[in-house]
Amino acid sequence: MKALMLVSAGITAALVLFLLLYVMSQGVPDITWELLSTSPSYLTERIGILPDILNTVYIVLATLVIVLPLGVGAAIYLTEYASNKKVVGIIEYAAETLSGIPSIIYGLVGMLLFSNNMGTCLMAGALTLVIMNLPTIMRTTQESLKTVPQSYREGAFGLGAGKWRVVRTVVLPGCVDGVITGCILSVGRILGESAALLFTAGFAHTASDIISGLAAPGASLTVALYVYAKEQGEFGVAFAIAAILMILTVIINFAATLVQKYFAKRRNI
Amino acid sequence: MSNIITVKDMCLWYGEHQALKNVNIEIPEKNITAFIGPSGCGKSTFLKTLNRMNDLIPGVKITGDIRYGGTDIFSKEVDVNNLRKEIGMVFQKPNPFPMSIYDNVAYGPRTHGITNKVELDEIVERALRDAAIWDEVKDRLKKNALGMSGGQQQRLCIARALAVQPKILLMDEPTSALDPISTSRIEELVLELKDKYTIVMVTHNMQQAVRVSDYTAFLLLGELVEFGKTDDIFSQPKDQRTEDYITGRFG
Repeated sequence: MKALMLVSAGITAALVLFLLLYVMSQGVPDITWELLSTSPSYLTERIGILPDILNTVYIVLATLVIVLPLGVGAAIYLTEYASNKKVVGIIEYAAETLSGIPSIIYGLVGMLLFSNNMGTCLMAGALTLVIMNLPTIMRTTQESLKTVPQSYREGAFGLGAGKWRVVRTVVLPGCVDGVITGCILSVGRILGESAALLFTAGFAHTASDIISGLAAPGASLTVALYVYAKEQGEFGVAFAIAAILMILTVIINFAATLVQKYFAKRRNI
Repeated sequence: MSNIITVKDMCLWYGEHQALKNVNIEIPEKNITAFIGPSGCGKSTFLKTLNRMNDLIPGVKITGDIRYGGTDIFSKEVDVNNLRKEIGMVFQKPNPFPMSIYDNVAYGPRTHGITNKVELDEIVERALRDAAIWDEVKDRLKKNALGMSGGQQQRLCIARALAVQPKILLMDEPTSALDPISTSRIEELVLELKDKYTIVMVTHNMQQAVRVSDYTAFLLLGELVEFGKTDDIFSQPKDQRTEDYITGRFG
């Protein structure tokens, strides 16, 4: 029995390592400064992924700017103010279900809801990702709000503080770690998302500033990966993008762990 | 001697369960009144009614008349935040905020609109002195309060409550989570505080009631069985149930 489990563990480890090493070995040699810093041109047959990098950054920023206030606000209301616990329970359950459904469904809904009204553009993609990440942000914030001891709230109310002051000065500082963790997880999810963006944000590779960029169609790194591999047969570029995405994911996971450690330490002084 | 709080026919329900039954009591000003009784008799519930902390618990229903300085505490004119400023509270488990010692004490005054640094410094120092902890913390006011010992944390919580200059201090078993030395320091402190404040204290410890309080109320199953001078209650209780409890026959 032990041998069997050892084999399972071995296969798992080998697969993970193989994937990592394969993508890295295929991708890293193709990452050049020119690739990262230029736009593609059909005239010179140059391939550059700068527009895709910018598009990804714009989508991440636009999504976070909208989803953070919405998600954190909803979490505060549901945890601190809402008195009907049954409704809160239903909303929490719905949010949990939402965070588990395939992203292509978000893409379909986003296309009908946003792209059909505002055109295929990065903003339509970002709005779709807002819906997708809202449950995550809300739930992580809620969970960390619940870890703020009730005794802090009682102490503050006992001194004559009103509800909003208690929330602002005692509850919110205690849940910053949850918000940041949710934020980092969401960034990871946005970076890795392709299905929802294929439907909504388009495929263009034009570098532009954030305002006109959001209003125009554009490919994120993941979508660009799909396009280069599937439609242009540029596997070198596709692997380079894959390697970049992997490195970013590692960085993000590392950042999430660091943040959690930092706050755990601060909590147990 | 005047009474600062008058309670008439007070009943309290948690949903279907009646936790307090027709409580009548008058709490004398600038004295220490202790509430004793077995666990679950309603003493903490009673205490938390006086500054309306029970408002925070869903499903609580209260009837009867509770007057603080002649005013019905449940009337519409009463600002509950102001009521809690006048009737401060110290909890069973020390619950300093995860902030600096200074910010803990300044929290109340800041809540009530004091922002002047000089004024805040004065209030913080006076509150910490009144709570007999100034000498221990004066060199580390900027340090996190959670780094203090349990007994120090509880005295800090007392200082925090004093900083808003309450008239009454409600103490809910303030020493039950503390060691004997910290307990006796808190008891000494409470005795000093009664010159300036009315203190209502719930205690599980009958010796503590004898050592500290002027008046004692004995609660049993939500009923106020007996209330009187502490010396009388413990030397010649009128009710058989009081006698049974203080002689240790149950509880």
